[in-house]
Amino acid sequence: MDAGVLSNLWIGFGVAVTPINLLYCLIGVMLGTLIGVLPGIGPVATIAMLLPITFNLNPVSALIMLAGIYYGSQYGGSTTAILVNIPGEAASVVTCLDGYQMARQGRAGPALATAAVASFFAGSVATLVIAVAAPPLAEVALKFGPSEYFSLMVFGLVAATVLAHGSLTKAIAMVVFGLLLGIIGTDVNSGVLRFTFDIPELSDGIGFVVVAMGMFGTAEIIANLEQGDKREVFTAKVGSLMPTREDVKRAWPAVMRGTALGSFLGILPGGGALLASFGAYTLEKKVSNHPEQFGKGAIEGVAGPESANNAGAQTSFIPMLTLGIPGNAVMALMIGALMIQGIAPGPQVMNEKPELFWGLIASMWVGNLLLVVLNLPLIGMWIKLLSVPYRYLYPSILTFMAIGVFSLSNNPWDVLIMAIFGVLGYICVKLECEPAPMILGFILGPLMEENMRRAMLLSRGDPFVFISPAKPISLGFIIASVILLVIVALPALRKKREEVFVAEETPKI
Amino acid sequence: MRIKSPKDFWAGLMFIGVGAFFVAWAATHYQLGTAVRMGPAYFPILLGGLLVFLGVLILLESFAMTGPPVPRFSFRPLILISLACVVYGYVMKPLGLVGATAAIVIISAYGGHEFKWKEVIILAIVLIVFSVLVFVKGLSLPFPLWPAAFD
Repeated sequence: MDAGVLSNLWIGFGVAVTPINLLYCLIGVMLGTLIGVLPGIGPVATIAMLLPITFNLNPVSALIMLAGIYYGSQYGGSTTAILVNIPGEAASVVTCLDGYQMARQGRAGPALATAAVASFFAGSVATLVIAVAAPPLAEVALKFGPSEYFSLMVFGLVAATVLAHGSLTKAIAMVVFGLLLGIIGTDVNSGVLRFTFDIPELSDGIGFVVVAMGMFGTAEIIANLEQGDKREVFTAKVGSLMPTREDVKRAWPAVMRGTALGSFLGILPGGGALLASFGAYTLEKKVSNHPEQFGKGAIEGVAGPESANNAGAQTSFIPMLTLGIPGNAVMALMIGALMIQGIAPGPQVMNEKPELFWGLIASMWVGNLLLVVLNLPLIGMWIKLLSVPYRYLYPSILTFMAIGVFSLSNNPWDVLIMAIFGVLGYICVKLECEPAPMILGFILGPLMEENMRRAMLLSRGDPFVFISPAKPISLGFIIASVILLVIVALPALRKKREEVFVAEETPKI
Repeated sequence: MRIKSPKDFWAGLMFIGVGAFFVAWAATHYQLGTAVRMGPAYFPILLGGLLVFLGVLILLESFAMTGPPVPRFSFRPLILISLACVVYGYVMKPLGLVGATAAIVIISAYGGHEFKWKEVIILAIVLIVFSVLVFVKGLSLPFPLWPAAFD
């Protein structure tokens, strides 16, 4: 590691430990833990809900808080998974398998401690990975022209659809649907109002926050309400937190593997916490000498996925920060947060706003420390929260969403649009069309059009500019996209992909 | 031909409909331009066409592969939750934050399984107090507090 990384991190810590930023970091990780514990509301809806409020904050504090919500939710999700067998977060689904079994054997304490320490270790490593990997990547990205950007976005969107579960064709169609919705509004090149139907509110396009809240927030509430209000009551005792010597010996190699795999999978477009935890569980089962113990309380089944999901949650910031390309729905919201602050996301952010970039990264380590210190003593409190019935919870969530959306422009229009997207989101759930690819398409729509137009202008209308050998990076992205699509379309692998996602019942995004 | 996978059938129709609409609207209202200088209609028509193509693929798949039926829609929460949001937005100016919050809580609670007036009223009061303290006092969002008639 060179001195540059260290001095950059030093700047970052200087920003992250100012009292105001520490406070927002704390608010972020506490909120994240809260929504991680509560099934039925996840980081996407929460971040969308808070976006309008961040308008009043300075950009660093806003991003620190929103990031804290994402990785904080990974901690909270594991608590509920272990103690009550409910994944508070989609990424904690696999933690239920062995974590809950450990709790039933009276070993809830060691399971919780393992999850917390594994997450902290993974979070610390991932922070370093970002600090080391981001600058060279941004350096490369600064040289990208419009054709490279266009092809990169194609690759990102393809990767996101490949990793969405369910039908590949439907996922791609949802991306295209999102791209089309993103076009609504004023065309920057000609000034023409497109698809605005003479509604003045549409001239700026449909608000990204509004779409995300409808598709993920209200649609989710409606879908939850048709399932009835059932909550398991937790009775088991947590007991001693100390893992045995045997536990430690078995857990630490799993933590190492989980951290490495999670860090890698987080960087991939379409990756993040969810993919990382599933991947890590599969890996642990493969390399274990006693795979028959998995599902019956194997500590590796907690340590691996829990470290992986935290590492993945953090490294998924790398493409967002360096390329301005969101890899998952949470990162799409982060880009939304940057835009609200008037910062154009992309490789230039690192040079133009070093305090923002490095402050955010350093805050992740601080946040992880806060989580591990605060959360173990507070487990009792989080569990009490689980006994709050959903009939109190959802009107509260809905109220906060409505306030947030209304405050965007003090106009009922935005709330109306949120309700419409809620209905659309509910229909999509019924037809098994994933909303996440649509959100990615929605945010990338205008960028893709812009870069495509510029690339075509530069190439004098030659559509082969994206795959010409003169543009090796662009060509590489397109080839990678095609390979991905072909691999997934092959029937044998298609079956395998369904198996990976079969454990997941109702993902709470 | 028989529909084997109703979910895919309807999803396919939805995508074809949306795609066709974008193509038709763009083609009749905006300039296409050329590949070098793309007009405002170029990208939407390209994407709309792609969406129609994907929709047709999904539609064809629904005749070939067997899939589960479309689950029943629960219209009660669907209508009441959506209505609650819309009412909130439109009564904010005439009734203020207090009235709007009461409305969204009561209407959305009515969309759930159990509705007890006492619980709902208490919840509404708690949320009103919280909203006023956090959003109006704390974050100073410019909302009217009380119904306009009271001023």
